[in-house]
Amino acid sequence: MGTLEVRNLVKDFRVGHGLRRSRLRAVDDVSFTLEAGKTVALVGESGSGKSTVARTLARLETPSSGEILLDGRPVSGSRNALRAYRHEVQMVFQDPFASLNPFHPVAHHLERPIRLHGLERNREGVTARVHELLERVQLTPAETYAAKRPHEMSGGQRQRVAIARALAPGARFLVADEPVSMLDVSIRLGVLNLLARLQREENLGVLYITHDLATARHFSDEILVMYRGQVVERGPSDRVILDPQHEYTKTLLAAAPDPARHGRLRDEVRAELAAS
Amino acid sequence: MSEPVLTARGVSIEYRTAPVVRAVRDVSLTLHRGEILGLAGESGCGKTTFAYGLTRLLKPPAVLTSGEIVFHDRGGEDIDVTALDGDALRAFRWDKVSMVFQGAMNSLNPVITVRAQIDDVLTTHRPGMPRAERAERAAELLRLVDVDPSRLDSYAHQLSGGMRQRVMIAMALALEPQVMIMDEPTTALDVVVQRGILREIMRLRERLGFAVVFITHDLPLLIEISDRIAVMLEGAIVELDTAENLYERPQHAYTQRLLESFPSLTGERGDFVRTGEAAGPVVRAPASDDQAAATPALEGTA
Repeated sequence: MGTLEVRNLVKDFRVGHGLRRSRLRAVDDVSFTLEAGKTVALVGESGSGKSTVARTLARLETPSSGEILLDGRPVSGSRNALRAYRHEVQMVFQDPFASLNPFHPVAHHLERPIRLHGLERNREGVTARVHELLERVQLTPAETYAAKRPHEMSGGQRQRVAIARALAPGARFLVADEPVSMLDVSIRLGVLNLLARLQREENLGVLYITHDLATARHFSDEILVMYRGQVVERGPSDRVILDPQHEYTKTLLAAAPDPARHGRLRDEVRAELAAS
Repeated sequence: MSEPVLTARGVSIEYRTAPVVRAVRDVSLTLHRGEILGLAGESGCGKTTFAYGLTRLLKPPAVLTSGEIVFHDRGGEDIDVTALDGDALRAFRWDKVSMVFQGAMNSLNPVITVRAQIDDVLTTHRPGMPRAERAERAAELLRLVDVDPSRLDSYAHQLSGGMRQRVMIAMALALEPQVMIMDEPTTALDVVVQRGILREIMRLRERLGFAVVFITHDLPLLIEISDRIAVMLEGAIVELDTAENLYERPQHAYTQRLLESFPSLTGERGDFVRTGEAAGPVVRAPASDDQAAATPALEGTA
């Protein structure tokens, strides 16, 4: 059983210049644990710090203070330690248009991490692994998809490639930052189901970052609600959504569109205007 | 239902590219006075192109190839929108039908103040209006959308996203239009801000009586706020019904699929099977190629 633990994470950014320079605390004392085979959702609005948590966890940012522990061992900042860490922890970004290089076919995107992480030496081995990855993300026949370039695929297919690339170094933990918010609605669930299946069948630990409370509830075991850099509420996903404790969580839930409330907003507005 | 304010009959729009793209196919739609009509669909379905067609904002290579669009003015006069030209078209636009654009966050001019932008609308369309009256109207418009009139001297970058969107709505309201077309007006905003804007739109609609064509891919949101909803797929309207019927009894397979794409926030977990172990209802197999690959996982058999 693997774990990826974040302890008292703080991330400050310097903003402004000269005398107007100040410090922005984007993440303020955040702690949580990702476990193999479990999904944790991090929800919040823009600017809440959730993406900074993701980027720090993927070590694209260096924490200002706090610790990241992989299987209970602190991760040092040395080159070798980070390289080893990135075998295990990988990121899926929001925009599959921006995260894949338009000049290169899918195979290139998957071969690079396999080679860089030294998983295979010869060409046959690499190709076999590329095909295996594509099959794991349900892009079949793998030969056909391996030869495609990003623009020849839909957004959903591109995001599957991005997931395959994240898995390529043999990652045990995935940090998925709004992985479906740029996709058309009817293909979102397909991609989320893929992540859910990988988590379940390959015992992957997933940090699912989103502003969408509904998919957070259905796709994760635990939900952390972030507001202004802090985790204001956390708990089992059903409990947080169905029985929220913090005012901010309640506000978020009340603001989420709910088709079951059709006509209610109109009636409320009419009642308000009639009363005034 | 009240009288119609805008009628589109058999509207087709093509992009004259190679190959020709038939973006809107034979769309007929009647918008009633004071109604909120939702136009739902995914990217590339033609919803924005259709909206641009309604306001004659199409630019080459987009061409309205057939159909008629008639605006029924308050005074009883009918205006053939497709026949408008030059000054008549300029007078029609914004005055009768205004628009809040997609990504309105970035539709404000960054180098002039909010006051100058509202003033621009008024000097163009109400040339006789005295300066003092214009200033009063600009302040009144901001109060209408719940923004402090002191913001008139702000530039776009000094406003938050939600405030910018409110200013855009104020500008669209400036000439008291009878129809407002809103293209994804809240998509880029956080839910709490979005809720505030939606409430504002509903409130203004009650007070001023304009009709709204509200375009978005967010079907749950449309069901919440619309009177009627049209669902667009590949340039055609595949279903048109009241919000309630569309939610309770969707007829077209695509509407059903769109609805299923939004798991319920507070409903049973069985409504939406994540783990595949629960004995919930099986999600219908989707039609498109892209999702075909995901079908096993959707049905929980993977």
